[in-house]
Amino acid sequence: MTNNHDTLVECHSRVGGNHHDSNHGSLKSYIVGFILSILLTIVPYVLVVNHILASEPTFIAIVVLAVLQLLVQLIFFLHLSTAPAHRTTLLSFVFTVVVLFILVAGTLWIMYNMNVNMMDHS
Amino acid sequence: MSTQVLDNINGVIPASAVIPAQAGIHDHGHHDHEAEVTDKVVFGFWIYIMSDCILFASIFGAFAVLHNNTFGGPGPKELFSMPYVLVETFLLLTSSFTYGLAMLGAHKNAKTQVLFWLAITFLLGLSFICMEVNEFHKLILEGNGPQRSAFLSSFFTLVGTHGLHVTCGLIWMVLLMFQVGKHGIGAITTRKLTCLSLFWHFLDIVWIFVFTVVYLMGAV
Repeated sequence: MTNNHDTLVECHSRVGGNHHDSNHGSLKSYIVGFILSILLTIVPYVLVVNHILASEPTFIAIVVLAVLQLLVQLIFFLHLSTAPAHRTTLLSFVFTVVVLFILVAGTLWIMYNMNVNMMDHS
Repeated sequence: MSTQVLDNINGVIPASAVIPAQAGIHDHGHHDHEAEVTDKVVFGFWIYIMSDCILFASIFGAFAVLHNNTFGGPGPKELFSMPYVLVETFLLLTSSFTYGLAMLGAHKNAKTQVLFWLAITFLLGLSFICMEVNEFHKLILEGNGPQRSAFLSSFFTLVGTHGLHVTCGLIWMVLLMFQVGKHGIGAITTRKLTCLSLFWHFLDIVWIFVFTVVYLMGAV
């Protein structure tokens, strides 16, 4: 009985703990996230508008910076984490990313081949 | 979730052994129940957002396929003003931040702080929508509406769908401000504020990709 009681209390405080700490973020984390997201917007903008790099490297740079921006927003604003209580949230997110990848890459792949094979000889 | 699941798991333990343990934590029962409902509702809303991601991915896919098909009409370089789009991006980024400040207020039960930051977020979001409507209006007046080319059809669909989501978010925000004003910060209003915060941050993320894929890549 004592054992059971301990488990309940422990589990209770774990769930409670998640509610009061990791889920909410703090003023500091919001400010850090905001500054990072502003930087990650200005850098690609300057790269593109001022033509600092050739078009191919610019293309790669803005994609990488957009992914970094995504991570900043997920971590600092949406508070996505690897904490046990967020496991299902994280798992559903990873699953969605896989679906998004298949959807977008598959669309581009099929449509590119359609275009090459059916429009080429005109 | 904790107590129910444990009850099931510990089904083998005699009821008499379990009841005192439950009685010990019964004081927090109500709060526990609310937290449990909040967890479920927020997770359910998260799943909705994930499905919305798939909607946006499809539209992004369509745009990626069609973005070169300008049918002899103007392309992104002739149509879009980059400083204008940068201002739109800053408005939305800042509104995401101010919504975060409203959430911090909600967790401190500071009603005035919540209402103040929600109002700021609303104004930033509204300015964003006004800028977007103005951009669309200008494009259509110049004869570059969605019917001009496949590129513009997919552009209006993608950016318009995002704008529609933001508009819904703004309407939801006004309703929540009335609710918070009337009922204060409780378990239910905090739950609703949390759902809208997920929605709002999500729209910010979608815009980052619109900004990158439509505007930045169009200008490279």
